Amino acid sequence: MLLDFAFGGIYDDAFSESLGIHWIRSVSRVYAAFAMAAIVGIPLGLLIGKEPFIRRLVDPTLQMLRPVPVTAWLPLSMIFFGVGPKAAVFLVFLGAFFPIVINTTFGVKSVEGRLFEAAAMLGCKGASMFRQVVLPAAMPSIFNGLRLGHGIAWFLIVVGEMTGVPEGLGAAIMDGRMLSRTDVVISGMIVIGFTGFMTDRFLVLLNNRILKWNPQHNV
Amino acid sequence: MSDLTTRKAAPILDIANVSKVFDRNGSSILALKDVNLQIQKGEFVCLIGASGCGKSTLLRIMGGFESASSGVARMYFAPIEEPSPERGMVFQDYGLFPWLTVRQNIAFGPKQRGLSEIQIREVSDHYLNMVGLDKFADYFPGQLSGGMKQRVSIARVLANDCEVLLMDEPFGALDALTREALQQELLDIWEKTALTVVFVTHAVEEAVFLADRVVVMTAGPGRVELDYKVPLDRPRCITEPEFNRVRQHLTEMLSSHVAHRKTA
Repeated sequence: MLLDFAFGGIYDDAFSESLGIHWIRSVSRVYAAFAMAAIVGIPLGLLIGKEPFIRRLVDPTLQMLRPVPVTAWLPLSMIFFGVGPKAAVFLVFLGAFFPIVINTTFGVKSVEGRLFEAAAMLGCKGASMFRQVVLPAAMPSIFNGLRLGHGIAWFLIVVGEMTGVPEGLGAAIMDGRMLSRTDVVISGMIVIGFTGFMTDRFLVLLNNRILKWNPQHNV
Repeated sequence: MSDLTTRKAAPILDIANVSKVFDRNGSSILALKDVNLQIQKGEFVCLIGASGCGKSTLLRIMGGFESASSGVARMYFAPIEEPSPERGMVFQDYGLFPWLTVRQNIAFGPKQRGLSEIQIREVSDHYLNMVGLDKFADYFPGQLSGGMKQRVSIARVLANDCEVLLMDEPFGALDALTREALQQELLDIWEKTALTVVFVTHAVEEAVFLADRVVVMTAGPGRVELDYKVPLDRPRCITEPEFNRVRQHLTEMLSSHVAHRKTA
């Protein structure tokens, strides 16, 4: 069944050989949205963590939005972006964005004061302090945020693709449900699980490379 | 401080009428009151006293990490306003950068000064060798013992050409054997260089072993109670009777001041 879904030749129906295109669509949406979430989330988190003024300005809004389940954004995102893949991408972006920004903020805020003193005493100043102390010290938290965000991204792509998106793993699962093709549903779930797992392994690999110094953070 | 008039050279560190008030939870605490202290270039001075006597606060003012509430701390006549490479601080909890290797930690200061890669390499090699950590150059601080970490933090301020070494109970968290080894190494380094050392401790034996002068501080409010010149030749041996006499003398003075304060 998974074989037919992937390569065709057994049932030769609408689902046969379609896994590739579904997979490509979902993967590109997830990574595009995830990358955007990281590109916006990490700098914003660094700013919120470092600048009390920006924290006061932005943090209450973020904390208020955070408890709202991202799936509740689905109707709104359809109004914003129309029925289609853009709404799904927005959903994924939003879902990945929160853990990334919040963990980055936490990472910056919890940098030991002692390290700033040590750096200052060794002649490190201003922007250089940010690059040489804040960023590396916050790196473990940033990675936590990325891994959490990545998991949520896969979770949301399926939700996002379930309505009004023709191609994508979520769409395939939804179609499978409506046509009572439980095998397609299960195949879709397996593929998502496996892809998510592989990406997470990649993040872990990156994590272990960059955070070689931190024994608690090698997973 | 009767011998003050006989000194000719300008002090490298001059603490003049320094007081420090901390505001904690709405109430203010007087941590230091009218502290006067001059430290000459090349001297090894220990600040000693019970906890809460303000000895660490005084050291942090010398380092530029805290500002005096009144009075002024000067280095070569210039008021100390912020941390600076010429006053290297060694913290009890090391303050090493955990994401940098031992070599990179030592190279941190020289890198800020904009030295070339080759110079940085030379400097870090030199100081790695001085503290005996050549073999551990590529280790991360998390992989080192406490004694090794403290060697790194000494090496990194030396690598930055500090003139004054400020040490805040640097060996307090180490085991006895490591502590003795590091005390000896510190003396060797001090004798080889023109360093001035201000060393905070609460161990009388450590102070007598290391210092030219022991400055005894008392709490409530923190002030200098006694400035005591250690009458012992170097190298000193902690098992000699003369050493013991000095230690006992200093211990008595320390406890009599504490007792005096309690009854008062």
